[in-house]
Amino acid sequence: MTAKAQDPYRIGRGGSGNSNTGRGEGGPASKRTTVGYGFWIYLLSDIILFSGFFAAYAVLAKQTAGGPGPRELFGQERVALETAALLLSSFTCGLAGVAAEKRKLLPAQLWLLATGLLGAVFLGLELTEFAEMIGEGAGPQRSAFLSAFYGLVGLHGLHIAVGLLWLGTMMAQLWVKGFRPQVLRRLMCFNLFWHALDIVWVGIFTMVYLMGVAP
Amino acid sequence: MPERGGRLLPLLLLLGGCSGASILRPGGPIGANNRTILLDSLVIMLAIILPTMLATLAFAWWFRAGNRKAKYRPAFVYSGRIELIVWSIPLLTILFLSGLIWIGSHALDPAKPLAEKTPPLEVQVVSLDWKWLFVYPAQGIATLNGAVVPTGVPVRFRLTSASVMNSFFVPRLGSQIYTMNGMATTLHLQADRPGSYYGQSAHFSGDGFSDMHFRLQAVPVAEFTRWVAGVKAAGGLLDGRAYRVLARQSQHEPAKHWSAVQPGLFDMVVAQHLPPAPGPEQGRDGQPQISPGTAE
Amino acid sequence: MLGKLTWSAIPFSQPIPLIAAGGVGLALLAVLGWITVKGHLPYLWKEWITSVDHKRIGVMYVLLGLVMLLRGFVDAIMMRTQQASAIGHAQGYLPPEHYDQIFSAHGTIMIFFGAMPVVIGLMNFVVPLQLGVRDVAFPTLNSTSFWLTAAGALLVNMSLVIGEFARTGWLPYAPLSETTYSPGVGVDYYVWAIQISGVGTLMSGINLVTTILKLRAPGMGYLRMPMFCWTALGANMLIVAAFPILTATLAMLTLDRYLGFHFFTNEAGGNMMMFVNLIWAWGHPEVYILILPAFGIFSEIFSTFSSKPLFGYRSMVAATLFIVVVSFTVWLHHFFTMGAGADVNAAFGVATSIIAVGTGVKIYNWLFTMYGGRLRFPTPMLWSLAFMMTFVIGGMTGVLLAVPPADFMLHNSMFLVAHFHNVINSGVIFGAFAGITYWFPKAFGFRLDEFWGKMAFWLTLAGFLIVFGALYVLGLEGMTRRLQHIDFTEWAPWLYVSVAGIGVMILGVAAQILQIVVSIRNREALRDETGDPWDGRSLEWATSSPPPAFNFAVLPKVHGEEPYWTIKRQAIESQGLADEPKYEAIEMPRNSATGVVTAFFATLIGFAMIWSIWWLAALGFVGAYATFVVFAWRDEEEKEIPAEEVARIDRARRAARRKWLEDNREQPA
Repeated sequence: MTAKAQDPYRIGRGGSGNSNTGRGEGGPASKRTTVGYGFWIYLLSDIILFSGFFAAYAVLAKQTAGGPGPRELFGQERVALETAALLLSSFTCGLAGVAAEKRKLLPAQLWLLATGLLGAVFLGLELTEFAEMIGEGAGPQRSAFLSAFYGLVGLHGLHIAVGLLWLGTMMAQLWVKGFRPQVLRRLMCFNLFWHALDIVWVGIFTMVYLMGVAP
Repeated sequence: MPERGGRLLPLLLLLGGCSGASILRPGGPIGANNRTILLDSLVIMLAIILPTMLATLAFAWWFRAGNRKAKYRPAFVYSGRIELIVWSIPLLTILFLSGLIWIGSHALDPAKPLAEKTPPLEVQVVSLDWKWLFVYPAQGIATLNGAVVPTGVPVRFRLTSASVMNSFFVPRLGSQIYTMNGMATTLHLQADRPGSYYGQSAHFSGDGFSDMHFRLQAVPVAEFTRWVAGVKAAGGLLDGRAYRVLARQSQHEPAKHWSAVQPGLFDMVVAQHLPPAPGPEQGRDGQPQISPGTAE
Repeated sequence: MLGKLTWSAIPFSQPIPLIAAGGVGLALLAVLGWITVKGHLPYLWKEWITSVDHKRIGVMYVLLGLVMLLRGFVDAIMMRTQQASAIGHAQGYLPPEHYDQIFSAHGTIMIFFGAMPVVIGLMNFVVPLQLGVRDVAFPTLNSTSFWLTAAGALLVNMSLVIGEFARTGWLPYAPLSETTYSPGVGVDYYVWAIQISGVGTLMSGINLVTTILKLRAPGMGYLRMPMFCWTALGANMLIVAAFPILTATLAMLTLDRYLGFHFFTNEAGGNMMMFVNLIWAWGHPEVYILILPAFGIFSEIFSTFSSKPLFGYRSMVAATLFIVVVSFTVWLHHFFTMGAGADVNAAFGVATSIIAVGTGVKIYNWLFTMYGGRLRFPTPMLWSLAFMMTFVIGGMTGVLLAVPPADFMLHNSMFLVAHFHNVINSGVIFGAFAGITYWFPKAFGFRLDEFWGKMAFWLTLAGFLIVFGALYVLGLEGMTRRLQHIDFTEWAPWLYVSVAGIGVMILGVAAQILQIVVSIRNREALRDETGDPWDGRSLEWATSSPPPAFNFAVLPKVHGEEPYWTIKRQAIESQGLADEPKYEAIEMPRNSATGVVTAFFATLIGFAMIWSIWWLAALGFVGAYATFVVFAWRDEEEKEIPAEEVARIDRARRAARRKWLEDNREQPA
């Protein structure tokens, strides 16, 4: 028996094995639980950040200041493609998680790669949309509506971009260090992050692209 | 209840009623009603605050460690009866107060016209950097940094801002309201007693903010009519061009008036047909982008 | 190359900030020089700057907060003296462009860099000890949180001599804060300082919520947590829920200022009222983020010094959660005067007064905690009693301001200024001083000097009553706030009274400083050998003062609401300590420079963005990312403290406890 195993209450390592009791009366929870729990709380705060931008969009949606409105600007095909790419990337991300649970390195890496590529496709489509709109004179400076649009959709895009950077770093780490506990925990967090961005995108899709062009 | 508040009044006047801008010496019905609500709420609150403070002192004194007569009861940590009282006292007070809040908010809503037989006088107010513009649309005149209103006549103020937010506040007449660019707010006031009322901006608006005060003269109706005629005879036209010059940042503008105003000037400001005013033009070493300077 | 940064950034024409900054700079250099010459630098780096120990981080938070409180207090002295010396035709000694920066900096510093760090520092220090665990959930993140807060504080103080600070008030209301009306770098300093420290605060909130909900000693169910842990939980849940709104709002303002967006502008359909709504949707919960931990501190102190458990514990928990929820439904009372209409104003007025119910319940429960107690009155208890006496007045004036017709006359007046200083001073600041005096022996192993502590208390209390009593009167006299000079001369007498009050407060601050100096010099006489100087009741007093890095040699088993009190009673009754446990090796997280390096790059990013030095900003981002990768790549996350070391440390503590037990044999407490 090593000394490590004898001290049951190392920081965040929790009691025997994975005893994550609901009311926490069994002593400190395991590292895996605390990390996941903390990340959930971060995600909640991130949702609130988004809701600030959603609220701003709701307030400013009609303030086109004589400029173009949603109906003139948003094309359905591209948004459908973006949505498909993002939802699919969530699925592949989940598969990467499953592969990691089974400690299969190559499948995990491939699914993560697929996730990253789909995310990049999404981001590329979004950036071309922005570029085209700005080219048509519908940049964020044009009206409060467009400011709110670029703010909300751009914030989501920024999250995707940061997620891709994280993903790449994590894949490199997985390659070099293999399935370490901390890498597995980060993978779990990334999965949560990526799914949360999906949910936010469903909100954006509904509120900006569907309701915007609805009669 | 007003009487109970009234009994408290001399004491408060002693403390805070000695200046010519005191909200405790109202010059009209809105100020008087606001004050009544303030004093009523104060009395309601004091009714529970004072006993609490006394009990704090009494308990702290009696249960001091050195007092052998005080009974030590370390097990006294819960009492359903006390908990009930502890929740219900504040709850009942607040319930009572909520009634006052609800009624008061509706009765004294700034946008609500005063129930007077006399039709109201309309005065349009524009807050500029850093001065106040008053337009009398019916009379077709305008004044800067000073206004005159007739006593006993309700005044309907419509307010907007040329640039940043300000708050229009004549303390002794009662309620204040924000002025904001691109929109108009409404405020109804009335001065019953003749006098010179101190008015100010009550929302910080930049370097010249401290000078954004003015005098609101309340005079009998006949005198008001004479004053309007005098202004009309004095000349000067406030049109869009003059307004744009006026809207640039400046401080210490003396009171002045115009005998004619371009019709609809106020609404043009509200609708931004007259664009929002520019900001600072100078700065430290001529660079406003580092630290803008004060226009003199 | 350097963006907007030129020699014009230095305010050569304003002697006051230059001299002040020169003095501070010299003092800093002197301290740094002394540290280097004495060879303390490696110690500081290893034991403090890179420490991930929650106790060390807590102490650093409190220290940062106290220094910044002092800076904010200097601003306050300047504001009071400027107003008193600029009546009638006089203009005082501060021109508007300087005075406006001072009151903006005063509010910003006091809230974000004074009160917040002190409160977060106390929670950081105390909560894991009270929960009976070894550290917070994410120790390195904790260090990063602290250093990001320090980075924000650094940026605010740099604005004193490089450029300018915001001249908009502590909340940069649009459109005054937009580039049209504030083209200078002041608002940019504000935005970046608050964003950087705000990220730190948010991470700290996530960290403490996770700690409280997931890391507790075995047996410590939710309803066995000390009251301070409950209020800390409430405050940190509010941080998690409210700070993102601040981040979003300031991000929108940044987009407006840097990229010409129209969220809050006058032009193109922007909506300034949205700024006001959003900022107060954060701002009102923020008040409770500050006050809830203070409520927790008072709960601990009333219970300890009444020698009784807290009265109505479950009721207190309910009241705390009640406040947490209701605090999100009252923000509109900050702008009843915007013309929202009677129904809206009335609804928010009622909601606002309802929140007073929760506070009222707490007041009465503290009152009944004292009832039947055996009260002692050391300095922490004096602060707490003064809080009870003065906070109710602040609460009362707050309810008056919640009545819309009354607010129509008192909004933005000196009465309002007096009100929120009344609640924040007697709530947060008295609470902070009470908490610091109470837990100081736990942190440093010796008590603070009682004489100077009491002097500081009486002088601060007297000064506070005089200053804000005068401001209450000025508000009733119709005086609005933020006036650089006063043309209405009838307000003069009360302005002079407030200056007299601030003079008394200066003496109070001097007494505080003396208290610390005297205590350090007499530390041997004030030494706390037992780890339990106040006859405490919760677990932080079960370990030695200062606690070892691992807090508890063996995690305590909790069987009731006041675990340490139970342990102590058993020891006294059986006249012996519990049997010596079998000591095991303990693994603690390794120190890490991640926090301080990240904060360095964050400062770089902030400074570069303020001055539009884009390459430097990019460099800062790359550096921050590299730091993150280096941290993620490390192999050894923990260091081991061998069982013999643990045994040696804990045996010393047990010996001290045994001696205490023998000394107190005749009269069991």
